[in-house]
Amino acid sequence: MSIALLAGPPAVQGIERYADHQRRLGALPPATELIGSIERSALRGKGGAAFPVATKWRSVASQRAGTPVVLANGGEGEPLSRKDRMLMEQRPHLVIDGALLAANAVGANDIVLYVGADHAGAIQTMQRAVSERPGTERARLRLVSAPVRYVSGEETAAVHFVNAGIALPTSIPPRPYERGVDGRPTLVQNVETLAHVALIARFGDEWYRSLGVAGASGTTLVTVGGAVPQTVLIEIHQGMTLADAVNVAGGITSDSDAVLLGGYFGGWIQSGAAWGLSLDADPLHRLGHSLGCGVVAVLPSGRCGVIETARILAYLAHESARQCGPCTFGLRAISAAAGRIAGLTSTPGDLERVQRWSGLLAGRGACHHPDGAAGLLASALHVFSGEFTLHDDQRRCSIVNTQAVA
Amino acid sequence: MSDRVMLGIDRIKCDGHGVCADLVPELIELDDWGYPIIRSGAIPQSVLPHARRAVSGCPTLALRIQSLATRR
Repeated sequence: MSIALLAGPPAVQGIERYADHQRRLGALPPATELIGSIERSALRGKGGAAFPVATKWRSVASQRAGTPVVLANGGEGEPLSRKDRMLMEQRPHLVIDGALLAANAVGANDIVLYVGADHAGAIQTMQRAVSERPGTERARLRLVSAPVRYVSGEETAAVHFVNAGIALPTSIPPRPYERGVDGRPTLVQNVETLAHVALIARFGDEWYRSLGVAGASGTTLVTVGGAVPQTVLIEIHQGMTLADAVNVAGGITSDSDAVLLGGYFGGWIQSGAAWGLSLDADPLHRLGHSLGCGVVAVLPSGRCGVIETARILAYLAHESARQCGPCTFGLRAISAAAGRIAGLTSTPGDLERVQRWSGLLAGRGACHHPDGAAGLLASALHVFSGEFTLHDDQRRCSIVNTQAVA
Repeated sequence: MSDRVMLGIDRIKCDGHGVCADLVPELIELDDWGYPIIRSGAIPQSVLPHARRAVSGCPTLALRIQSLATRR
């Protein structure tokens, strides 16, 4: 499904030429009045936090100390997400347009394009796209390849890497919008968000709003995986139901009891409650859910939610920057206990400890890594409560007879 | 409102020495790994001197007193 970002003819030989991009969408429009238009468009950040874009831009534009910098964030460390790398591969000029518009709107000159080092295709297309732009634009654009690590895409980590070559989060304050790249106010914005801006600037906020359904505005990219024919990137009208999104992706290939919404920083939802959910930041937030970076992963009936959760926690514990105690030690302990429960080798008190510890992570790191893990764990303890008890109490798994947790 | 303050902590600097929890147990307890759990909200006037001692006693200078309005 291609509505806005992914609309238009497929790129010839997988490469979108600047001339074709310009012919299709016209020249880069001016950024005057753009922040107001973005505000009316109700555009939210697509990196995971769904922060209002206009608010963020105003915060950067109103800083007094130094000329701002724009950092287009295409780090995409989330293992279940494909959207940012595929967008950069398919529509690199839309991302660059958005970054230039953002820079013009907040008074920035320099733009850093921060792309995950393992997204080779995206790096290639972005490099090529930059080389096609006029010299005045090229001079403002710098491509930086981001280390392969989950926390590399966290905004203070991205700034830290550009400044010092260390892709680890830093303590806040200062936040990047106050002091970021080269100590200057820095707008860190996800690449998909910037691509939306490139369309809003051309076609207006009214047009953008009209793309949403059920009271929502615009479109959003979603990576659908799990019990579907194949992991696929789709663009949906924001506000569409989760079931509609799964159907666009080809429909489910097995029964499913749970859906992971929002990726490793998101949460499990019982399928019965998930299908009808409107994929839009505000209604999801009201129900305690989040679209995160746009991941919908449908758990196939043959997979155990406890085992999958333990696997994700092990990954997140391993990916901790190990800078803050509660994340380094707490997350590791939680992951170890969850691994024992999943593997039917729990020791007495493991489940009680995991339950207690799950409340001890949020808000206790420099970045939100522990918060993300805590949210995922809390949702798992709720959605798979019976299965957790079965594993812990009776050392049985209702789905997998014998298993080793990878 | 401007005199309402709270404890803030730099989680990266904190090494879990635990001095703070000894000096101001009214506001800080330690988790299973020895890292501080800070009670949220404004510091009561009566506890403020102890909070200040905890701030100056922190071996890694991770603890601070900040305005409630600037909480992150």
